[in-house]
Amino acid sequence: MFAYIVRRLAIAVPTLLILVVFSFVLMFAAPGGPFDSERPLPPEVMANVLERYGLDQPYWKQMFDYVKNVVLYFDFGPSFQYRDRTVNDVIAQGFPVTLTYGAWSALVAVVVGVSLGVAAALRQNTWLDYLAVGITIGAQALPNFVMAPLLVLFFTLMPALYFGGPWLPGGGWNGGQWDHVIMPVIALSTSYMASIARITRSSMLETLNSNFIRTARAKGLPMRRVVWRHAMKPAMLPVISYVGVAVVGMITGSVVVDVAFSTGGIGQFFVNSAFNRDYAVIMGITVLVGALTILFNLVVDILYAWLDPKIRY
Amino acid sequence: MFGARQVDVLAELPDAPVKGRSLWQDARARFLRNKAAVLGLITLILMTVFAVFGGLIAQYEPDFVDFSLMGANAYRGVPSIETGHYFGVDQDGRDLYARVVQGTGISLLVGVVGSFVAVFIGTLYGAVSGYVGGRVDNIMMRTVDILLSIPFMFVLILMLVIFGQSLLMLFIGIGLISWLNMARIARGQTLTIKNKEFVEAAVASGVPTFTIILRHIVPNLAGIVIVYATLLIPEIILFESFVSYLGLGVQEPNTSLGALINLGARQMNNGTLWMLLFPLAFFLITLFAFFFVGDGLRDALDPKDR
Repeated sequence: MFAYIVRRLAIAVPTLLILVVFSFVLMFAAPGGPFDSERPLPPEVMANVLERYGLDQPYWKQMFDYVKNVVLYFDFGPSFQYRDRTVNDVIAQGFPVTLTYGAWSALVAVVVGVSLGVAAALRQNTWLDYLAVGITIGAQALPNFVMAPLLVLFFTLMPALYFGGPWLPGGGWNGGQWDHVIMPVIALSTSYMASIARITRSSMLETLNSNFIRTARAKGLPMRRVVWRHAMKPAMLPVISYVGVAVVGMITGSVVVDVAFSTGGIGQFFVNSAFNRDYAVIMGITVLVGALTILFNLVVDILYAWLDPKIRY
Repeated sequence: MFGARQVDVLAELPDAPVKGRSLWQDARARFLRNKAAVLGLITLILMTVFAVFGGLIAQYEPDFVDFSLMGANAYRGVPSIETGHYFGVDQDGRDLYARVVQGTGISLLVGVVGSFVAVFIGTLYGAVSGYVGGRVDNIMMRTVDILLSIPFMFVLILMLVIFGQSLLMLFIGIGLISWLNMARIARGQTLTIKNKEFVEAAVASGVPTFTIILRHIVPNLAGIVIVYATLLIPEIILFESFVSYLGLGVQEPNTSLGALINLGARQMNNGTLWMLLFPLAFFLITLFAFFFVGDGLRDALDPKDR
């Protein structure tokens, strides 16, 4: 087990390094400097600016400094667009927001998805099963950027027109008040909830048909105990390996949520910076998201290895 | 040993030689029995016809700006047959029908071309990795693992920002990302093929390794590759729409369904719901059709699930 964790770490760390170096190379390949403008700066000023951002150093030195600062101090340097702020300030402002609705979304997707899937498997070929399967097929083609405008339409605009006032605010964050969190969470979690329900249903069905479950039932155990004590653990294995994928998708989807609901998470800064060519912020967020992704995949892999006795380390 | 009945059966056989059914004929029969898949295929054909020839019945060019309707589209740009704006007018006074035709075309194009790039790179990579095996295989597949754990949406946006937002860049970026899973699938299939007798025969008769991969391995991957390519197309369409929804993908005057959904979502407050609902409907129908066709093809061609 320990050797397995070490080996997974041995892959994860270089991956992250490659991502940092790769995004740095990309940024350097960009045509034009961040301070080229219609009216060129006087040469002395330009020299000062370049020195302030370390852009007068040779290529390899800049890369080395960047990687060193990121890895050792988690410091992404100053932002090019917000002159008085660093990338870390930007992340510190946006990340808590993203984390709040991201965590809620993950929770909703897993809890609702697993419950729906297990319920459908236990009541196979009843109306409940058909309803669950219908929901999962429908929700699969409703990605976050389709859900977001539809939610605003049904919960904000239409009630405002016909019922005298919006049921939920159509955007903003307001310090994370519950009514501002609901729609981002629904938009972000629906399609993943559907996939988790589908995977749970099929793997639960497969488990319930296996021999050890038949033995447990033949011994006369109550159904509840059979499901919780015997079927749940093996049935959850495919779900856990999907949760890793889902969380990565949700991190990416947070960009859409931020844009659609103006929640002010890192996604909003990411898109704004993309429009303003603020490479420092784009890179900072890319690396942060990459680190999160890799970390999460690591956790999922280790969890999987711990749960599944068949896996070889 | 033979009963009289069996002899009768033999005598009743027609004189003509029995026609064998090929793998592909079997697959086609299985596919045609799947109603959802056939419906999806018909929908896709109609959608393609719409994207290619739909412009012929449009009364306006997609980039024609009617200044008299600009800003007044909420009440004078309503969808109607009489004005020729079948799907209404967008906020800049452009005909939405022509724009949806254009957007559907570009979304389909991105999906198909992106999928082709992914198939090309992924199949070759996977076949080489699986056929050569050993340490090369190990290194090539670990590389794929590493690349798979990178959040590519962010990297793609970074690339689009740096190298400019063009259709070509989108194709390259999306293709470069999507080949990874294809490579894994192709490798897995190659492993089951490479020890078959016909490959052995080719090796024995001195065919060079790379020719074996191209002539003998790759054609035998076709079935599974086609299945996953069909399932990949809607994923890529989703992917492109995601980027375009953020305003970072296809640029004006070109448009895609994702970009149109984005514009429609922004204009919801003005009461021009048709700007959202028409592109959304086309988007969802296309996605569902691809999902159904892909599932049908998988059931028809992928021997694992039978």
